[in-house]
Amino acid sequence: MAKSPGLFMKTRFLENQIDEFLDCINEASLIFQHAVKIYLEDGYSEDFEASTNQVNAVETNGDKLRRNIEAQLYEQTLIPDLRGDVLKLLEDLDNLINIMQANCYRFAIEKPEIPTEYHKGFFRLTETVISSVDSVVMAARAFFRNIEAVRDHNSKVLFYETEADKISTKLKIQIFSSDLPKVEKVHLRYFTERIDELANEAEDIADSLAIHTIKRSV
Amino acid sequence: MDVVVLLFLTSGLFLGWSLGANDAANVFGTAVGTRMVSFATAATVCTIFVILGAVISGAGAAQTLGKLGSINALGGSFMAALAAALTVYGMTRLGLPVSTSQSIVGAIVGWNLFSGTITDTGTLLKILATWVACPVLAAAIAAPLYRLTRLVLGRANFHLLRLDAYTRAALIFAGAFGAYSLGANNIANVMGVFVPVSPFTEFEVANLLTVTSVQQLFLVGAIAIGVGVFTYSKKVMLTVGGSLLPMSPVAAWVVVIAHSIVLFLFASEGLENLLARNGLPTIPLVPVSSSQAVVGAVVGIGLLHGGKNIRWNVLGNIGAGWIATPLLSALVCFVGLFFLQNVFNQQAYSEVRYALSSTVLEKAVVLGLPAEDLRDIEDREFKSAVAFRSKLRELTELPDFQEKQVLKYSEIARIKIDPGKLTAKDRKWLGPERVKAVERLSGKSFVYKWQVAEALARESSQWSLLEETTVNKVYNKRMTERLSLIYRTFAEVR
Repeated sequence: MAKSPGLFMKTRFLENQIDEFLDCINEASLIFQHAVKIYLEDGYSEDFEASTNQVNAVETNGDKLRRNIEAQLYEQTLIPDLRGDVLKLLEDLDNLINIMQANCYRFAIEKPEIPTEYHKGFFRLTETVISSVDSVVMAARAFFRNIEAVRDHNSKVLFYETEADKISTKLKIQIFSSDLPKVEKVHLRYFTERIDELANEAEDIADSLAIHTIKRSV
Repeated sequence: MDVVVLLFLTSGLFLGWSLGANDAANVFGTAVGTRMVSFATAATVCTIFVILGAVISGAGAAQTLGKLGSINALGGSFMAALAAALTVYGMTRLGLPVSTSQSIVGAIVGWNLFSGTITDTGTLLKILATWVACPVLAAAIAAPLYRLTRLVLGRANFHLLRLDAYTRAALIFAGAFGAYSLGANNIANVMGVFVPVSPFTEFEVANLLTVTSVQQLFLVGAIAIGVGVFTYSKKVMLTVGGSLLPMSPVAAWVVVIAHSIVLFLFASEGLENLLARNGLPTIPLVPVSSSQAVVGAVVGIGLLHGGKNIRWNVLGNIGAGWIATPLLSALVCFVGLFFLQNVFNQQAYSEVRYALSSTVLEKAVVLGLPAEDLRDIEDREFKSAVAFRSKLRELTELPDFQEKQVLKYSEIARIKIDPGKLTAKDRKWLGPERVKAVERLSGKSFVYKWQVAEALARESSQWSLLEETTVNKVYNKRMTERLSLIYRTFAEVR
């Protein structure tokens, strides 16, 4: 089939940029999960620092892509009826990378002492919140390409968010019923909540996506 | 060209301008209102395609208006267009739905009444029927088209941005088609009344393309529509797109396509010829209301959703418009013509006289008409069709078609054949065989048009009309056009 050069090139370019942006979130979540694992195993190390730098690089790239996409949406007055929704979606998704980046910095700066008995809990919590982030990225991809699949991915986000809540609550109960000094308990609770924040943010995005989806299909 | 002629054309240009200002919004309103297409793009595409539609396909609907009443003086055309424009303007100011098609039909009937010309009830009924059919047909097209579009889009799963790009392209395409149909169907409203008195002469472009006087007239009218689009339609477009019809871009596309198909059906001579050649019933070529086609299409989609969002009173207003607009326009035209003739001393119509000469009575006997009943008025000239008809009715009661025949055969035309008046282009168009037949009649004078037609048919079978069937419709139409050229060219100036 003959290609139509130029006519839809800009559109294809922008579609690719949106895909790349979503890839950034996936990439950041993988690195973040890996970074937490390194921290739990080796504490603050060179490997951890390398992972933090990687998250930084992905975050910068993600920001650049997002700004580009937003500028093009406005300059070419694309999707006028849904532009506001898409812009909010991109910014909320970008915030997921920001939270992961901030958490890496917190580990690097505050260097929390995490006793071995909580390692499993922290790692499971991280795994679950990352699953919720991955699902919300899939829901966002579906919003662009296959609107009917948004619902399926959204239900997974909600499931992982509930799971993450359960794990973090259990972890906090374990921490506060231990003999650790109060200050350390508060410090560990703080980190539990900051990691869990990712799942809460993913859930908020899924809720907005559900509304945008209804709007698109009316 | 005479300045007076230009002055008389201004009323048509005013009507064209208001058509552009209002009806372009039907084609591009939602696209511009929802910011899917920029106003500059919309206005440019709209203007280009309105002009193309008017010049290429505008003749069909204009002929129907001509049948309703052939306005035969420039002053009359001026007043008819002015009355229509004033009615449109006035009703728009009052916030009432209005259509230029209904307005101009009323104005023509007003002229008929003033000039004593008989309004062809058959044509009038045909026009009225299409006004009702127009929104109904638009609804019938829009509903399944919307279903189909949703189904296809549901299966295709385009990327949101790709869908956006396709929708934009589709809206521009639909708008171009809509503008073409609008030009083809509605130019008759703007310039139709000027066709019989067109001040332009035919010319040829580089021996390739002949631009007829009617096409030039339509070009001028279409340019006026274009000016209307550029100067005034933006506001209307934003109102249509923003508040009146809150629709998704895809629904908007369906509405524009359905609207355009309906206007095209009622304007396309090509389609008429195709149907006629295959012996199928043809669609009457009548100027219809673009706004009502849009409302029909929106209602069609609304009915798919159960019809609960439809504002039925809007439909009631449209129905009221069918009656109020032509009546008002006819009244304004009648009063206007009175002033034009008696205050400004301008010719509002050329008299068409009628007389039942012995020749006509002989013909009447041949046709099986009750000639004996008509002997009382033999050789008496009547100053108008209406006067002649009322006398006929006093004398005898004729069935409708016989009455029409008597009227047709008694209309005085006074034609003197002078082949020297035929231009090279006329000769080329008629063909050598027909021209020879005309030449053989050189110097002869006729009182009635039918005498010319019969004399020509006797000279050459190529001048004969065929039996009136659907298949022969196209052939007979062309022949009637050729005969009209002969009548026009050889008419004796009194």
